Amino acid sequence: MSAARIAIPGVVAVNTFREAVRDRVLYNLIFFALMMIGAAIFVGEISIGIERLVIVNLGLSAISLIGLVMAIFIGVGLVYKEMEKRTLYSLLAKPVRRWEFLVGKYGGLLLTLLVNTSLMTLGLFAALLYVSGRFQRSDVSILVAVYFILLELALVTALALFFSCFSSPMLSTLFTLGIYITGVFSQDIRDFGEVTKNAQLGAVTRVLYYLLPNFHNFNSIAAASHGDPVPLRLIAQNTLYALLYVTVVLLGAATVFSRRNLR
Amino acid sequence: MSTPAIEISGLTKDYSLGFWRKRTRRSLDNLSLQVEDGEVFGFLGPNGAGKTTTLKLLMGLIFPTAGTARIRGRSIDDVGMHRDIGYLPEQPYFYDYLTARELLDYYARLFGYGAADRRERVARFLERVGLSSAANVQLRKFSKGMLQRAGIAQAILHDPQVVFLDEPMSGLDPVGRREVRDIILELKQQGRTVFFSTHILSDAEMLCDRVAVLVGGKLQGVGSPGEIVSIEVSGMEILFEAREGHPLPQKLAQRAAKTGARYRIEVPEAELYTALDVLRDCEARILSIQPLRPTLEDYFFRLVDRQKAAAHAVEVETR
Repeated sequence: MSAARIAIPGVVAVNTFREAVRDRVLYNLIFFALMMIGAAIFVGEISIGIERLVIVNLGLSAISLIGLVMAIFIGVGLVYKEMEKRTLYSLLAKPVRRWEFLVGKYGGLLLTLLVNTSLMTLGLFAALLYVSGRFQRSDVSILVAVYFILLELALVTALALFFSCFSSPMLSTLFTLGIYITGVFSQDIRDFGEVTKNAQLGAVTRVLYYLLPNFHNFNSIAAASHGDPVPLRLIAQNTLYALLYVTVVLLGAATVFSRRNLR
Repeated sequence: MSTPAIEISGLTKDYSLGFWRKRTRRSLDNLSLQVEDGEVFGFLGPNGAGKTTTLKLLMGLIFPTAGTARIRGRSIDDVGMHRDIGYLPEQPYFYDYLTARELLDYYARLFGYGAADRRERVARFLERVGLSSAANVQLRKFSKGMLQRAGIAQAILHDPQVVFLDEPMSGLDPVGRREVRDIILELKQQGRTVFFSTHILSDAEMLCDRVAVLVGGKLQGVGSPGEIVSIEVSGMEILFEAREGHPLPQKLAQRAAKTGARYRIEVPEAELYTALDVLRDCEARILSIQPLRPTLEDYFFRLVDRQKAAAHAVEVETR
C-alpha cells in the first residue's frame, strides 16, 4: 500500500475535523467552562470536604454526556450529509475507495472528540485546582476515566457511522441510542436471564450480553471521584475490547457502504 | 489500434421502487457505445433519459444491474482508474464551509500532490475558470454559476485524460457558457477525451465530434451531429429587402414575415427559382438564401414523439 493510499483517510479526517470546527461544534466548550466555573464557586461554598468528589463527578459526567451527544448527533450525519448534499459524488470520482472515505470520516469525528474531550479535561483540572489548591497523585485515575470515556465515544461513533450507512439520521440516532442504553445495562440483562432460571431466556440474554457492546466496563467515574486506582488489567481489557469492537463495526459499515447505490 | 477512451457494453440499470410491493424501474436499457481517444462526445437526451444514471454508473457511484464498462481499458470497478478521469456532477454542491482555494487544495491532496505543486495547480485552475478573485470566499456565498465553475476546476485539476461533465452549461450565463465551451475545446486540443451530457443541443452541435441520443433509457443513435440530423433539406429560407415603389406580389407578401424593412420567406426547395424570379421582377435585394435543415432539436423531438407514439400503440394493443 503506497503512502498516498494511507494518506487518503487522513486527508478526509482533517477535512471532517475542519467542518466540525467551522460548524462551531466546539462552542459546547463555552458551556462546559461556564458550568465548571459555576460549580467550582458553588461547591466551595456549600460542600465542605467533598468538593473534590463533586467536581470530579460533575466534570466527568459532563465530559461523557457532551461527548456522547456529539458522537451520536454528528456521527449519524457523517455519511448521510455527504450523500444528501451530493458532496460525495465529486469525492468518490477521485481515486478514493469507499472504505477510505468511511475511515476518514470516522477519524475526523474521533479527532474532534479527542480535542473537545482534552480541552474539557483541562477545564476539569483547572476547577479541581481551584477548589483543592493542589493536585494529588490519585488524580491519575481521572485521566484513566477520561481515557475510558474516549474509548466509549470511539465505539458509539463507530455504531452511529454504521447505522448512517443505510438509514436516516433519525433512525440512526434511535438505533445508536438504543444500543448504547442497552449496552450500559448489558450486565443487568445477563443477570436477569440467570435469575429467572429460564433456560431459553437465559440463552437469549447471554447472546445479547456477548453481542451488544458492554459500556458498563467503561464507566470509572465513581472510582476517579474517590481517587481509587484503576487496575491495569481493566485498562488493557477495555482498550482491546474497544479496538476489536470498533474494527468489527467499521468492517460492517464498509461492507454495507461499498454496495450502496448513491442515488 | 489504440484503446478506446470509453467502452460501454450492455449497461443496464434497474431501480427498485416501493417498500412492500417491490417493483423495478429501468433507468438505463442495454447501453452500448464506444468513445475514441481525443473525442468530444455529446450525450444528449431530455430530462430523465438516463444520462446522469450512465455517468453515475461510470463513476462507480451506483452499480449496474447488467453490463460492463471500461475507461482507457480499465474496468470501472478499478478505483485506480479514477486518477485518469475527472467528473463534474450535475448541479454540483461542495463543502460550503470551505473556500474555493481550500476545496481545490483538499481534492489535490487526494491525488497526493506536494504542497508547492498544490499551490501552483490550485491557483492555475482557479484562474482558468475565472475564480481567482473569489478564491478565498466560502462556497456558501457562491452563486450557482460560480459553483459550476468551481466544479469544472475540480474536475480538471489533476489533468485527467478523460473528462466527464454532467450538464456543464447548466446555470451559467452566456459568458460562462462560452468559457466552458473554450475549456472543452482547449481540453480537446490537449488530446483529452471529453464526454458531456446536455440537453442544450446547440452546444452539442458546436462542440461535439460525435453525439449519442438517449431517450427513455434507450440509445437512439450515435454519430456525428451531421449524421444524426442527416442532410435532408426541408426547404429554403430567403431573406430580402423590397425596393421602394416595387410592391411585392400579394401571394408572396402573404407568405413573408416582415421585420423592419426585411422580409423572410420559406419556400420548398423545388420552388426556389420561381420565388427568385418573382423577387428579381420586383427588384428585391436578396440578403441571404439558406437551406432549412432540421436541427438536433427537431431530431430530438421527433424521437420523443416517435417513442410516445410507440408506447401508445403498445398500450392500445394490450387493452
